[in-house]
Amino acid sequence: MKNLQKNEQLDVLQEESNIFNARLQRRSFLQYAGAGAAGIALIAAGCKKKYRDDDMMPTGVTLDFKDDFGVLNYAYALEQLEAAFYIQVASNPPSTFSPAEKNYFQDIQFHEIAHREFFKKALGPAAIAGLEVDFSSINFIDRLSVLGAAKAFEDLGVAAYNGAGVRLKSDTYLTLAGQIVSVEARHAAYIRDLISNGSFADLTSLTALGSNDAGGLDGALTPDKVLGIAGKYIKTKINVINL
Amino acid sequence: MNIVNILEEIEKVDGEIYERLNPRRAAMKDFFNIGKKISLAALPLAMGSMFQKAYGQTTPSTVTDVLNFALALEYLEYHYYNHALVAAPTLVPAGAPTAAITTIRNHEDAHVKLLKGALGAGARAEITYAMTDFTAGGTFTAVYTDYVTFLKVALGFEDTGVRAYKGQATFLKGNAVLTTALQIHSVEARHASHIRQMLAANGATGLKPWISLGPGGISNDTGVTQVDAVYARENSDVQAGITITGIATGVTKAAAVESFDETLSKAEVVAIANLFLRTGFKL
Repeated sequence: MKNLQKNEQLDVLQEESNIFNARLQRRSFLQYAGAGAAGIALIAAGCKKKYRDDDMMPTGVTLDFKDDFGVLNYAYALEQLEAAFYIQVASNPPSTFSPAEKNYFQDIQFHEIAHREFFKKALGPAAIAGLEVDFSSINFIDRLSVLGAAKAFEDLGVAAYNGAGVRLKSDTYLTLAGQIVSVEARHAAYIRDLISNGSFADLTSLTALGSNDAGGLDGALTPDKVLGIAGKYIKTKINVINL
Repeated sequence: MNIVNILEEIEKVDGEIYERLNPRRAAMKDFFNIGKKISLAALPLAMGSMFQKAYGQTTPSTVTDVLNFALALEYLEYHYYNHALVAAPTLVPAGAPTAAITTIRNHEDAHVKLLKGALGAGARAEITYAMTDFTAGGTFTAVYTDYVTFLKVALGFEDTGVRAYKGQATFLKGNAVLTTALQIHSVEARHASHIRQMLAANGATGLKPWISLGPGGISNDTGVTQVDAVYARENSDVQAGITITGIATGVTKAAAVESFDETLSKAEVVAIANLFLRTGFKL
């Protein structure tokens, strides 16, 4: 049984490595596109076609916020990022993680994979491609570096869902976003408590994400702001239109 | 400044927000300048009065109903924690536990004030502590004498709150108030996560920060059968017609259940809340 689980995890890792290995000639492209380090650009719809017609050029991905598909793809992008991060942590956790912490990071890994795969399936042919991530700023053998990054991902994820909910027109997907965001908030609280017990809902520390401690309100950010922050972890160029 | 964010959000769904608030945009600019000077403590009231001015006459009754429903739950939560801190000072151990319960109490208080302010004259009657019965008619007689019982009921409140807000989201669809409701909703989820950890540290072995699959596949993972109603359908692994179990290698039924919290309908939440309200004051 234990072996079986191990094999399953290896399969997951292999699937993941395909995403990591899908390296595009991004450096030259970024120069060509004139995009900043964040890799996020607001472009006119007309520009998209030009890139698409050029087979040699990686096109990046486009989040078109004109309808719910754009919002769902935005969530899909963030879940890809989170899943990739936790897969890396869970497969090789910092040596100072306790057995319980290792187990919970395994749990979180599978939650994020479930979210990612849910969006991929729900979007079908409308889904954006897999993103290439950049975790060079994270020291995966260092407990505090890993926890700090996890906290950043979770708090940002919560603010992202909170800020995007109002854009959703479908009852089903609005409810679903709510079903996911509370799980992300549970993760955030757990990770925050690992860093500093009692900081699970320290809203004074989340003002950059739009929180308001006096109102007892968590973060909420618009997609452009979220992508601006998440950009440092994403290599793939993300184009945002109709925001 | 959050108040500006909220207005920006409102503007996206209601292009006339500035006109509603004040017919003159120039005057709005002045308001922002004043807004920067409003102390943080006064902010919820300031926001509340702005919502009231903007939507006071035209807020759809469904939105008002949702906010009043939320207000009732926040009153209950506030009194639950406040009474423990004020009237049973030895119940919650000093140090981190008292700090955590204080943080949570303060958030519930902030939610009450925010919702009351937003509803203005349309706010429901206040629920006082005297109208509550946190023993739930004798089900939890030790609620204010036994710390673990207190935490168990607290968890029931928090997980109910999370599910209640989620269940009302569609009634606020596209409305700027939805963003505020979601911001409250995720704070409740953070509370629930922490109280689960407090319970786990006090004998509830294996209780996770997230709602997992109960023993034998039941929906209630807390081991407290009296709160089964709080966890109805939490063992579901099908979301929007998509089966989550096995959606990728390693995603077990438990992982699938944990990945998505479920909603509660208003009727389901009212039935739970009424257990803690005295006759004559039930919702």
